[in-house]
Amino acid sequence: MSAPVSPSESQAKIAWPYLAAALLSLMGLADALYLTVQDLTGQNLRCTIISGCAEVLGSAYAHLGPVPLAVLGAAAYFTVFSLAILAAFGYRLARPLLATLVAVMFLMTLWLLYLQAFVIHHFCQYCLLSAAVTITLTVLIAIAFLRNRQTLD
Amino acid sequence: MKRLVPLVIIVVVLIATVGTTWIWLRSSRQTANENANANSANPGSNAPGAEPPHVRGNASAPVTLEEFADFQCPSCGAYYPELKKIENEFGDNLRVIFRERPLVPPHEHALIAAQAAEAAGLQNRFWEMHDLLYENQATWSVGSDLVPIFVDYAKKIGLNPDQFMKDLNGETVAARVFQDGKRAHAYGIVSTPTFLVNGKEAKGDSWKSEGLREMIKQAQRGAGK
Repeated sequence: MSAPVSPSESQAKIAWPYLAAALLSLMGLADALYLTVQDLTGQNLRCTIISGCAEVLGSAYAHLGPVPLAVLGAAAYFTVFSLAILAAFGYRLARPLLATLVAVMFLMTLWLLYLQAFVIHHFCQYCLLSAAVTITLTVLIAIAFLRNRQTLD
Repeated sequence: MKRLVPLVIIVVVLIATVGTTWIWLRSSRQTANENANANSANPGSNAPGAEPPHVRGNASAPVTLEEFADFQCPSCGAYYPELKKIENEFGDNLRVIFRERPLVPPHEHALIAAQAAEAAGLQNRFWEMHDLLYENQATWSVGSDLVPIFVDYAKKIGLNPDQFMKDLNGETVAARVFQDGKRAHAYGIVSTPTFLVNGKEAKGDSWKSEGLREMIKQAQRGAGK
């Protein structure tokens, strides 16, 4: 028989995936900001681990109209950070918003991975890092969702 | 009071993010400007671009026609003979700069074609490969494995095929295509061919060959003032 869980313990159990998501989104934010700065200043960005950054970041997919995709990524990661912090501190409305945003980012990540693999035929390490962050964020938010449901049950 | 803690954290991170980005942008711009001043071949423009660019014609011509093109784009192929005529007509009064703008997709072979031209450029035969690619566009565009075709072209124009193969997927070539792509983004160029006459984009009727001739003449008159 398990010991009864106090409300504060239960809150802490729910909060940790959100706190982890907030920390992780900062990593995504730093990555996206790096790409943004490189794009806006016209710097020649080179991959250090794999080759393909020039092909991917110089392709037509690196921009949405005049806006670098990295700027949208930075905005998305900052919003994830804000919502995750709010969710961790018990703002209930932030949870569904966060789940929706992360789901959209996850789908966008799948699309960008498809483009790199099958259209551009090159991979960029900074884009792969961002993909890894978004996939992990999706897992964390799914865990948070499940814990939340268990607590309600 | 506890409810305010997350808001304070968000504001602090926002300020730190904006501040860091601002400092980062400033230092990167400074570095980019120093690099551009050190080896600029594009008068009057701070936009990025592969250095040195591919230039044909009189280096001190009063008019510079900068073309952003894609070797697989049918419009670029159709414009190619007309552009040659324009070059001949204006002679020493015109210099032409070529910039890579491979549109992948819809042109699945555009990138490798751009790389082939740039790899030829590393052996000082860019324009020869440029001409060959346009003249044979209908042939290679429908192929599946283009590397042997491009190696064949490389041999035809007297390139070292081993070096060509090495450069084709090399960092230098990739960086040049990337830099030209950056320049195209800076100018907001999304279609090919796009022409800049002394930095001014030829749009609408000016894009057509007669309009382009008129624009070059106007630029010539403007330069003569």
